[in-house]
Amino acid sequence: MNIIVCVKQVPDTMDVKIDPVTKNLIREGIEGVINPFDKNAIEEAVKIKDEYGGKVTAISMGPPQFKESLKEALAMGVDEAILISDRAFAGADTLATSYVLAEAIKKIGNYDLIFCGKHAVDADTGQVGPEIAERLGIPQITFVKSLKLENDAVVAERLLEDAVEKVTVKLPAVITTTKELNEPRYPSPIKIMKAARKEIPIWSASELNADPEQIGLKGSPTQVVDIFTPEKTTEVEMIQGTAEEIANTLFEKLREKKVL
Amino acid sequence: MNFELTEEQKMIRKMVREFTEKEVAPRDEEMDRTGEFPYDIMKKMAENGLFGIPYPEEYGGAGADSVCGVITIEELAKGSASVALTLDAHWLAVDAINLFGNEEQKKKYLTPALTGEKIAAFSLTEPVAGSDAAAIQATAELDGDEWVLNGTKAFVTNGDAADIYVIAVKTDKSKGVKGISTFIVEKGSPGFSIGKKEDKMGCRGSITTELILKDCRVPKENLLGKEGEGFKIAMVALDGGRMHVGAMAVGLAEAAKDIAVKYAKERYAFGQPIGNFQAVQFMIADMEMEIEATRLMVYKTATLRDKKIRYSKEAAMVKVFGSEMAMKTAKNAIQILGGYGYTRDYAPERLLRDAKLLEIGEGASEVLRMVIGSTVLRSK
Ligand SMILES: Cc1cc2nc3c(=O)[nH]c(=O)nc-3n(C[C@H](O)[C@H](O)[C@H](O)COP(=O)(O)OP(=O)(O)OC[C@H]3O[C@@H](n4cnc5c(N)ncnc54)[C@H](O)[C@@H]3O)c2cc1C
Repeated sequence: MNIIVCVKQVPDTMDVKIDPVTKNLIREGIEGVINPFDKNAIEEAVKIKDEYGGKVTAISMGPPQFKESLKEALAMGVDEAILISDRAFAGADTLATSYVLAEAIKKIGNYDLIFCGKHAVDADTGQVGPEIAERLGIPQITFVKSLKLENDAVVAERLLEDAVEKVTVKLPAVITTTKELNEPRYPSPIKIMKAARKEIPIWSASELNADPEQIGLKGSPTQVVDIFTPEKTTEVEMIQGTAEEIANTLFEKLREKKVL
Repeated sequence: MNFELTEEQKMIRKMVREFTEKEVAPRDEEMDRTGEFPYDIMKKMAENGLFGIPYPEEYGGAGADSVCGVITIEELAKGSASVALTLDAHWLAVDAINLFGNEEQKKKYLTPALTGEKIAAFSLTEPVAGSDAAAIQATAELDGDEWVLNGTKAFVTNGDAADIYVIAVKTDKSKGVKGISTFIVEKGSPGFSIGKKEDKMGCRGSITTELILKDCRVPKENLLGKEGEGFKIAMVALDGGRMHVGAMAVGLAEAAKDIAVKYAKERYAFGQPIGNFQAVQFMIADMEMEIEATRLMVYKTATLRDKKIRYSKEAAMVKVFGSEMAMKTAKNAIQILGGYGYTRDYAPERLLRDAKLLEIGEGASEVLRMVIGSTVLRSK
């Protein structure tokens, strides 16, 4: 079983600040961590490898400091890690990102399963996993909460808003993971020692023979026009009446505001 | 001089920090209340390789350096001084076996201790002899292929929880410190039993008991090091222990500071957060300065240990400085929390009770000041 896990490093904070001029996330002083759902992806991949044998490769597209997250993936039991990094990749939206990751996956080749987190907690799109599947022309199961291998197929339960859907697809396939799938292990100290000393190969645009039209800003049809932190208000409205009246009014108000 | 942690030191810190936040810190209040030893946490620590971080890979450790070791204790102590103390005492015994054990002893005892399959304890103190460790009275006599141990040992951290005990006794009563030898004794050996469990003021999630040796028979090959070398073994092990107590002080104080800082921002008096008052800020400033100073001393001591340079004086210094700093920090955290700080609803009073041990165990401050002072005077 050869498995590839796509890992993204995200800021370790709920309180992300945005540069009002460049509209980029302010990353200075904020530690990077593995996107939480990607940890579930790593855990599942390592678990499957432990049971069926094979090899797990983690890949990440991003700046050199993303190496830290790849090293943590190694310390969690991943066998190989590759950083895909090039100035030419900068400014990529999900389409350009999935193009680069798919090209890297093709270069690695001979894969049975590809894992991605259901979405990254910084940008929140959830598009990269499905796009990779489309680019590779293989099936995908998103929002997976449980997973089983059966011969050359994978049977998975998808966690939908009001239901759980059971899906079977043939391998190879792309799986996107939820936090319900498993409890990610801690990195092991012994593996940390090995991971810290390991050289992580870096693949650039030219090593991937990437089409310059499809990478970075050029390959990104999404334009961020504006981005801002929503203003917080502390307006409070007191609802009066009997318990029943209060409940009814509250229900109506929440419906009006489309919370329900 | 380079003040940056290496990549592996940073990774170990992150790992232990995550482990502590999730598995250890949420349990500390309960351990303090019930006084129960957390066997389940120990099992998780074993599964995740925490017992062997700064020890050789060939015996089941991770092969990390001593800086990683002090970082491990520091991070654990942020969540629970009790759990950090358990590992500190375990490593006292581990150091003795790792540094003085022969190949068979290491295979048999070091490996299960480093994987955490077995917990270890180190026993020097007796009811009648603490600071004056050379005055211990328990004995061992050779009888054929076995040593026969007799006596009562006191204040054994990890007593009962441990399977492996490194015990110092007199093999020659006519000699002082040169008459002391150490033995590796397995729990369940004939004549070995656990005595009273201490009901402590702090570190209540760590277990402290008496050991009773009554014609306790130990195979001849369980003598650790040479006959008469026991006091030296104990002192070398205690160097490591004192360094780890310094690391505990840093973690514990850091926890007290975090609570005080958060409270100082949230609590209003006279129309403003109490953190605006200079008197409160000064206490926080002292905390920050003294924690950082201790941390640097601890890391430097660990660096000396890694370079195999003798660090007895430095270990004594971090222990005295660190334990007094932890007491002061916990005390001032209570002060910043005011009346609430004096209740069991907030952690600082517990941290103060935990911190008090650091000024006593593994050498009281008064005794260690003598060690430091006499070392300085000798060298000048
Ligand atoms: C929770 C806990 C865990 C412990 N764990 C262990 C363990 O795992 N293994 C182990 O072997 N021991 C352990 N100890 C014992 C500990 O090391 C001793 O308590 C310590 O060394 C002090 O000895 P004592 O209690 O006999 O005090 P004493 O030696 O009676 O000293 C009492 C006080 O007298 C003063 N004093 C003593 N001698 C001098 C001097 N020469 N000059 C000036 N002042 C002096 C000091 O202020 C000291 O605090 C533990 C103790 C505690 C409380």
